[in-house]
Amino acid sequence: MEPDEAAEHLFRRESGRLVAVLTRLFGIHNLALAEDVVQDAFCRALETWKFHGVPKNPSAWLMTTAKHRALDVLRREATARRFAPDLRPFLESEWTVTQVVEEVFDAGGITDIQLRMMFSCAHPQLPEETRLALILHLVCGFGMDETAAAFLKNTAAMQKRLRRAKTTLAQSKELFDLSGAHDVAARLPAVTRAVYLLFNEGYHGASAESPVRVELCAEALRLVSLLLANPVTSTPTSHALAALLHFLAARLPGRVDAAGDLVLLVDQNRSHWDAALIAEGWRQLELSAGGTEVTPYHIEAAIASVHAAARRTEETNWGAIVSLYDTLMRIQPSPVVALNRAVAVAQHEGPARGLEEIERIDDRRRLSRYPFYYSARGEFEYRLGRLRDARRDFEGALTLARSPAERRFLEGRIQDCHGSTRTA
Amino acid sequence: MPEFVFLYRNTPEAIREASGSPERAQQSMQKWRAWFKDLGDKGHLKNIGQPLDHPGKVVAGKAKTVTDGPYAETKDVVGGFSIVEARDLNQAAQLASGCPVTDNGGSVEVRPVMRLEM
Repeated sequence: MEPDEAAEHLFRRESGRLVAVLTRLFGIHNLALAEDVVQDAFCRALETWKFHGVPKNPSAWLMTTAKHRALDVLRREATARRFAPDLRPFLESEWTVTQVVEEVFDAGGITDIQLRMMFSCAHPQLPEETRLALILHLVCGFGMDETAAAFLKNTAAMQKRLRRAKTTLAQSKELFDLSGAHDVAARLPAVTRAVYLLFNEGYHGASAESPVRVELCAEALRLVSLLLANPVTSTPTSHALAALLHFLAARLPGRVDAAGDLVLLVDQNRSHWDAALIAEGWRQLELSAGGTEVTPYHIEAAIASVHAAARRTEETNWGAIVSLYDTLMRIQPSPVVALNRAVAVAQHEGPARGLEEIERIDDRRRLSRYPFYYSARGEFEYRLGRLRDARRDFEGALTLARSPAERRFLEGRIQDCHGSTRTA
Repeated sequence: MPEFVFLYRNTPEAIREASGSPERAQQSMQKWRAWFKDLGDKGHLKNIGQPLDHPGKVVAGKAKTVTDGPYAETKDVVGGFSIVEARDLNQAAQLASGCPVTDNGGSVEVRPVMRLEM
């Protein structure tokens, strides 16, 4: 017996591929059956591998097992069920069934099938968060409890919501068709948005255990690579999103310190940033320039590239960042964007100007539950030496903090205000 | 050293539930691999044995009646077996107490291999 370690998240990774392929065969109205077959395959793998160890190519092992089960199901239920409408005549004939199953399971097509699954999940009738939850559950292989945890929901509520969502998907019978350029263009924004939100959930997540969840960011990167692998979906916007995610992912190693605490962008040790991801960010940014449309992803990617270009915080071209935020305010104005702009202005022209910009934010009320609003104001006041005001704002932020890491960070800042009062 | 057969028992539902989500399957497998490795490292694992599929068939009585398993009155099935070396039955039971099958309601049946004393 070899003391083997199965690759981390092996089952999770394979789950999305297998569910997608089986749904392609069975039709999306038979999604539950597809999930069942995947669970069967996992069960057989688990029972066998715990005795004999993980085989050399576990992915192929699982594929073959699922393929055999799929053939069983197709033969046994040929009269009781209707499978994927476009494949049905071939699946119902013993002459062709094996060959069709082989073709669908062929590795070359699996990327596209997963992409189609992702588009199916981004169903216009579903609320945004539900689309995202479906993608996480079906394409990324997150269990019900993990999906619920990603949205800070309880498992039973998530289960109920996903069950309803799957009923909506089942109306279409087939996976989303990528050959209709018009349909793809109509649904692509929802898909890119889902990928963006998924990354954000990992990057700014409010998880109790960890201030960043690298696995969510990694899944978002994997999904964006699916978009880039198909000529129909690798649009300039997809490249812009890919650029943004690569620049941000590059910073992940510097975003948390050894004690598990968040480190502000300006305080990060930039030598910890991932050079390969930054290089890919630049490559994607170039590819994003191909179209006429400038999306918020383009601007956010450009902002991230300015940070990536500065080897030290002091070298940051804050002027360029402020003007990029000006553009972002024009195409997608929001109080949060305005707040980020104010932070850039403070870096560029000093904390007093930052405070002025904060005062000028329209609709500031909408930030009243946003912890970063108070912590940004607190930072400016702290730097101006207005420690009493700073402390009050940090305390305000503390009551809204969403995770232990955020709380520890703010408690440290409150402590700084006290400390400086004593030495002053 | 005396030998013991470990029979891993659980209900078919619980066996399936162990792969209820991809991460649960992953964790379950890692636990089992770690457990077997530990037994092996300590020199107790004579033969890791085999997993057993279900359902099977039961052939019974003079009439050789053949029925489909699961078997008799018990709701659980033997999911696999191993052969373990231990000082005595107590130590064998002690070793079995760390088995992951117990995590989701299963059990390990520990049976000494009978030896002919010459």
